[in-house]
Amino acid sequence: MGKGATLVIGGGIAGIQAALDLADGGIKAYLVDSKPTIGGVMAQLDKTFPTNDCSMCILSPKLVDTGRHLNINIITNTELVALDGKAGNFIAKLRKHARYIDIEACTACNLCAVHCPVSAIDSYNEGLSERRAAYISYPQAVPLAYAIDKDKCIGCGLCANICPPDAVRYNDKDNETEIEVGAVLLAPGFDEFDAKRLSEYGYGRYPNVLTSIEFERFMSSSGPTAGHILRPSDGKEVGKVAWIQCVGSRDRHINRPYCSSVCCMYATKEAIIAAEHAPQMQKTIFYMDIRAYGKDFDKYIERAQEQFGVRYVRGRVAKMVEDPVTKEVSLTYETDDGKLATETFDLVVLSVGLEPPRSSPQFASALGIELDEQGFVKTSTFAPMLTTRYGVFVAGAASAPKDIPESVAQASGAVGMVQGLLGEARNTEVKAKDLPLERDVFTEPPRIGVFVCHCGINIGLVVNVPEVVEYAKTLPNVVFATENLYTCSSDTQEKIKEIINNFRLNRVVVSACTPRTHEPLFQSTIREAGLNKYLFEMANIRDQDSWVHMHEPEKATAKAKDLVRMAVAKAARLKALPNIELPVTKRALVIGGGVAGMTAAKTISQAGFETVLIEKSDQLGGNLTHLTKTLWGEDAQVFLAELIAQVEEDSNITVYKDTEVQSVEGFVGSFKTTLSNGEVIEHGATIIATGAVEYQPKPDEYLSGDPLIITQRELEESLHKGNFNAKTVVMIQCVGSRNDEHPYCSRVCCTEAVKNALTIKETSPDTEVIIMFRDLRTYGLKELAYEEARQKGVLFMRFDQEKEPQIVDKNGTITVRIMDELIGREVEFSPDIVALSTGIVAEADSNKVLAQHYKVPLNEDGFFLEAHMKLRPVDFATDGVYLCGLAHAPKFTDEAIAQAAATAARAVLILNKDHIEAEGKIALTNERTCIGCGYCVEVCPYGAIELAEKRVLGIEKKVAAVNAALCKGCGGCAASCRSNSIDLAGFTNQDLVSAFEQLMWEEDDIIGCCGV
Amino acid sequence: MNDDPKILAFLCNWCSYAGADLAGTSRIQYPTTLRVLRVPCSARVNPQFILKALQEGADGVLVSGCHPGDCHYLEGNYYARRKFATMLDLLEYVGLEKGRVRFSWVSAAEGGKFAEVVKEVTDGVKQVKDTSQFLKKRDWPSE
Repeated sequence: MGKGATLVIGGGIAGIQAALDLADGGIKAYLVDSKPTIGGVMAQLDKTFPTNDCSMCILSPKLVDTGRHLNINIITNTELVALDGKAGNFIAKLRKHARYIDIEACTACNLCAVHCPVSAIDSYNEGLSERRAAYISYPQAVPLAYAIDKDKCIGCGLCANICPPDAVRYNDKDNETEIEVGAVLLAPGFDEFDAKRLSEYGYGRYPNVLTSIEFERFMSSSGPTAGHILRPSDGKEVGKVAWIQCVGSRDRHINRPYCSSVCCMYATKEAIIAAEHAPQMQKTIFYMDIRAYGKDFDKYIERAQEQFGVRYVRGRVAKMVEDPVTKEVSLTYETDDGKLATETFDLVVLSVGLEPPRSSPQFASALGIELDEQGFVKTSTFAPMLTTRYGVFVAGAASAPKDIPESVAQASGAVGMVQGLLGEARNTEVKAKDLPLERDVFTEPPRIGVFVCHCGINIGLVVNVPEVVEYAKTLPNVVFATENLYTCSSDTQEKIKEIINNFRLNRVVVSACTPRTHEPLFQSTIREAGLNKYLFEMANIRDQDSWVHMHEPEKATAKAKDLVRMAVAKAARLKALPNIELPVTKRALVIGGGVAGMTAAKTISQAGFETVLIEKSDQLGGNLTHLTKTLWGEDAQVFLAELIAQVEEDSNITVYKDTEVQSVEGFVGSFKTTLSNGEVIEHGATIIATGAVEYQPKPDEYLSGDPLIITQRELEESLHKGNFNAKTVVMIQCVGSRNDEHPYCSRVCCTEAVKNALTIKETSPDTEVIIMFRDLRTYGLKELAYEEARQKGVLFMRFDQEKEPQIVDKNGTITVRIMDELIGREVEFSPDIVALSTGIVAEADSNKVLAQHYKVPLNEDGFFLEAHMKLRPVDFATDGVYLCGLAHAPKFTDEAIAQAAATAARAVLILNKDHIEAEGKIALTNERTCIGCGYCVEVCPYGAIELAEKRVLGIEKKVAAVNAALCKGCGGCAASCRSNSIDLAGFTNQDLVSAFEQLMWEEDDIIGCCGV
Repeated sequence: MNDDPKILAFLCNWCSYAGADLAGTSRIQYPTTLRVLRVPCSARVNPQFILKALQEGADGVLVSGCHPGDCHYLEGNYYARRKFATMLDLLEYVGLEKGRVRFSWVSAAEGGKFAEVVKEVTDGVKQVKDTSQFLKKRDWPSE
């Protein structure tokens, strides 16, 4: 048996997610970061695409959870030196650099920084501001402790003298330790391309040329200008701003030939957010291809153009010149028709690419793993999280540039692999949390504390937060009210606990974002302070106020006050509720027998749990059966055959083919699914991996049906069988993608076209291949194949959606006509074969049936909709149901495998428990007034209520009895009861009515406590 | 005409409340008229709440739940729909203007639709008189 602990290297979002999934799943995590704090790049971002979520706001709850998790040991300022042993029993040697401040003793009071006489460059703000030599990276940092920058420190001793807890350690030294772990999970992230390397862009010389991450800091409320976008040269408002794409990407000359995958989207996001900051600002993005390949990305681009007036100009900037007086920058660029144009901008943002971490050679040699030619960690399509050393897994941008959701999915996916490796050692090194006893507040009059959040500038810019705080103080039962920059940060959690104790609060109201994402965080905070978690209420003044009334600050403030008043009124009535524990059936059901479903089933089985896999067709394999090889030449069929064999031979996996879901009962921990073959499966977790299908061109579309017009898939098959024979091949992209019917990008078609073109060039080099595309989206390392194809003479021709290529078949001779922008006229080709790159479409009808069975949502395109686009990519809002593969959105095999392994890790979080905590907000009967009419029994969808004979106040009668394990807390009974005898705890009739009582009266009419 | 009405909204936690959040993350702007109460399910909304809200001075009431078939609690929104069909008839019978009380389906993916619903219900309420006719008498002694 191996060790039940894992070393996670890198404390960015991938490392954090991995540590949380490991520790929650019974494996102790050592989270190591070379910096004094965790959080990574995501902590520096202002917003995230394509939802414009505030980055810190969604990250902060995870930071806090990580910081206070008993089974996560955060080790900062530390690097891995060597890794000995083998999978299951590694010995990791770590070098901990001196921090010069004792983390345990430091209270983050900031006095050291106040008294420090030395300035240093603030790297959190990308060098745009200064900090002291004694510093903390950002206010929400975890661990919340200062550090001393020894390079800058002059050793004056001021901080040591002033430090109240005596935490300064001038003689702190680097030291080495060893830890024993079963596996290593590598998540070191990426570094930004150094824009100084491209001197033509003037970065470092022209003050008004910034990198994208610097611009991100300018937009952030915690940035150098507190969220105001100003020209660095003179501090003036910015009138015109340009983004230049592919700085340090897709450029062989500087040895950065790959695409950085995220820049098109983050530039668009920055342009949209800039428009929100200053609507009059003119925004232009200079690009080569818009690579909006992800879920809902194209819609985001469309919104940027239509709603926010972002201008996209296709063209590479040839020259940049600064005006020596105004410091404005003029850009000269080549337009689509080959002409040169010059335009002047106040500010130019360089969309810098993602590089392998600069530390990769060191950690690669310490870990004994291989890197690829670009310096990224080497993996393969079919094992995307496995490095070249077994037991060392990788997640996030270290293996290729990728965005947050993919990094998070890989992180969970890598945890799935670790669970498979260390399943037997699970629960051997973890401890259970020791919480203080709950304070009995039943007899106390309500004492409510109100915390109003600025959310950086997300709320504070629109709603007058101090005014709301003052107003809250006037409300009945409120004994304390305050404002926070970020209420969700870890230091605020400590403050809230302190205030609860100091003011003997017994109810807490947080007025901030949405309870859907942040309620659990605050509930566990008040629980740690000894309050029952149900004595908590939230007022949503961001998502449903400041963000939707951005141009009406006064009305938004009035609304915020009303929402706070409603929350306070409701909070005053809240009661402590008992926790209910429900049993867990330790079995998973996986729906869909493609590569995603099989990977999920296999991973769960390896982690030690029984799995049932159902497939509606008569064979396993799904879409992968049509793929012969990957872009990198790996044989898909060999892999698939092996995977099918593993799944079918696994005694822990039961496979049902020709089977679908017929009906579903139950909920997380105890689902009961009836299959079409009559079997009834009891299971604790459900994984939806139902895939998607190839788009079928309509009869009139590009002459489909003509024997010479085939699909890309058919072309691949004929290439594989060797019966391909053509002198000229035309490929047409975006067939069934990015149009009105399917307004999304199918992600894989560009790469598939390039792959087939390369195969053709390999087998018959004289064949002419023409790929007609709209934007060529070979993102990430796939760009290398695009480059190779160009070198081998594949012709790429761009067309606009309005000017699609035209095909005519005249007596068996096909002619394709396309407008060539460069020469400004139509050109003709006469290919022997036309291959249509048909997109991926959801099976909307069958998805809808399944969605209704498991009560999960679909998006407008018929794909399943995850709980959160960025940080919960494989979860549904409904507990215990997970999502992977093409059912989520179009994607490549490696991405589907990562998601599938991630669902396994998430499912293990449920299956590993003996009991799960159920919702305490359930129905309660007042037996005295219940007349036993049975209406509630009839409306209860869960059969949780029955009429029981009882003796109440000396009278034998029938009363409604609620089965706490079955009640889900919908409140249908409470709304139907004729004698108001059954009510829903936490949402009682009185709770709700008191929230809107007096709501609409003028302020003068409100009568507070004792008529004041 | 009522230019600055206040509308009480009961939004179910799983669909419409999430849809309202999505309108926020998408920065879709809509009128400031709404005051939202989160409820687990549209079935939780007792029809009496609507009367009570109007009595308390709400100019309008919006109840929004999951689309038919999508209810997180299997069939709660069907019960809600049935209740409100009857309720709307009753409100019409007692002389309440149409447009003051609105029932809608908004899913977690429909931020745009949520904003539209708010606009519609606000416009509807603006067309009708203020609610002083329903106001509960405040009969405590003045100071």
